[in-house]
Amino acid sequence: MSLLELSGIGHAFFGRTVLEGISLAVAPGEIVALVGPSGSGKSTIAHIAAGLEEPRDGQVARRYARHAMVFQDPRLMPWATAAGNIGFPLRLARRPRRDRGASVLAAAARAGLEAEDLGKYPVELSGGMRQRVAIARALVVEPDFVYFDEPFTALDVALKRRMQDLVIEAARGARFAALFITHDLMEAIRISHRILVLDPYGRGIAGERWLPGQPGERDDAETFERRQQFLERDALFAHIDDIDERVRP
Amino acid sequence: MLWVGLDRLARLGRFLWSGWAGLAGLALLAALWQAGHEAYGAFILPAPLETLAAAARLLTDGSARAMLATTVERAVTGFALCALAGTVAGVAAGYSPATLRIARPILTVILGVPPIAWIVLAMIWFGTGDGTVAITILISATPIVFVGAVEGVVTRDRGLDAMAKAFGAGPVRRFTHVAVRQIAAHLFPALLLALGTAFKVAVMAELLANAGGVGGALARARAMLDVAEALAWVSLAVAALILVEYGLIRPARAELERWRDAAAPWGVKR
Repeated sequence: MSLLELSGIGHAFFGRTVLEGISLAVAPGEIVALVGPSGSGKSTIAHIAAGLEEPRDGQVARRYARHAMVFQDPRLMPWATAAGNIGFPLRLARRPRRDRGASVLAAAARAGLEAEDLGKYPVELSGGMRQRVAIARALVVEPDFVYFDEPFTALDVALKRRMQDLVIEAARGARFAALFITHDLMEAIRISHRILVLDPYGRGIAGERWLPGQPGERDDAETFERRQQFLERDALFAHIDDIDERVRP
Repeated sequence: MLWVGLDRLARLGRFLWSGWAGLAGLALLAALWQAGHEAYGAFILPAPLETLAAAARLLTDGSARAMLATTVERAVTGFALCALAGTVAGVAAGYSPATLRIARPILTVILGVPPIAWIVLAMIWFGTGDGTVAITILISATPIVFVGAVEGVVTRDRGLDAMAKAFGAGPVRRFTHVAVRQIAAHLFPALLLALGTAFKVAVMAELLANAGGVGGALARARAMLDVAEALAWVSLAVAALILVEYGLIRPARAELERWRDAAAPWGVKR
């Protein structure tokens, strides 16, 4: 039984069709990476799956208990401290105030934040720290499904690796399933069990590739080798780095 | 808990300490005033100290306090009304683009009519008294608050809205938990402006409608060509405005906007 199932999703912005016939399923505990060139509608799929947008046609079946989301920009509330931001989903879930503190501390620790950072406002934190807060905010509700919408695109290479390790570690510990949107093939190979490739024009899922082994257990040489193999010898990935910056997502 | 208390105390201390800078500004103004006094003589422009003495005399003899209280009460009532009406209407219009499009030209018309015209109309409709003053304040200051509230709604970060929605917030909680704080950031400058307008319009309406209060006293000072007393009344009205602004609006704002303080560079903070 899959936790998330999209069948025949189609969507249009202002009459322009951006997605058509998208079907995919994510099993419990599975991390699925969805890759595709920019402007192919990857983020829109995540937004539809998470219920932020209503699809024009098709069905979304959500069989998980709680989901959380990490966005490309951290989307922290500037007026709340790091602790306030992490605790925000608990406030929405009407968790009593006295229980929140411990949950916030635990989630912060899992995202690599220290107690002294929790009293700071987002303006006082660096970009990487802000994204850590956003990850902690997603983990605090103990979700069994997490949407990642190109979460580390804006971070530099070293920071990106640290954040990916963080997600791999968290997914192993908490056993959540995830839909991970990215256009970075390296990232997809490091982090996921299975890669889905979106058609460059949003006309369905072009294909999928299973990755052997578990995320976090693949070494760098293997990951890089696989990336080269995908890019050079696999027709499925031929359009992955096509960029048309005039097309708005 | 102790830490929160200490933080609050520290912020209060910084706020009070910044009073010296304000005092320095006022002293500069007083110096210019004094120069004017020495150039043109006591009849045209009495010395600042003389004016202060006149103001103190007015305060101690009793009747002035009642008149000042009348004006402050009218201004604050009018301000409260316009803050309420402007905020509610502005937030509603901000969320409804069609309403906003209809409201914009109406706003231009209302802002274009000088307050004096409203005073005349209000005098005809309501006679001379509290009603006239309150209505004039309401009409002249509401558009300012309205525009602030609209700005707050339309410039809010929609990414935060989507974030709250992703974590399960419905429209009501997206408003109360996420939008309100962003609206407040635009609303407070508008409220400060509206409060100043409320005091100005209150005195003006009192003067023209002969409705007592500071405006009435100013009218009498003008009839007697008593410049010192007129200036004393003006400074009393300004002092009352400063008292309300720094006692009421600014503390509320400081409480809501603590994060801005954290973002400010050191030199701006102190």
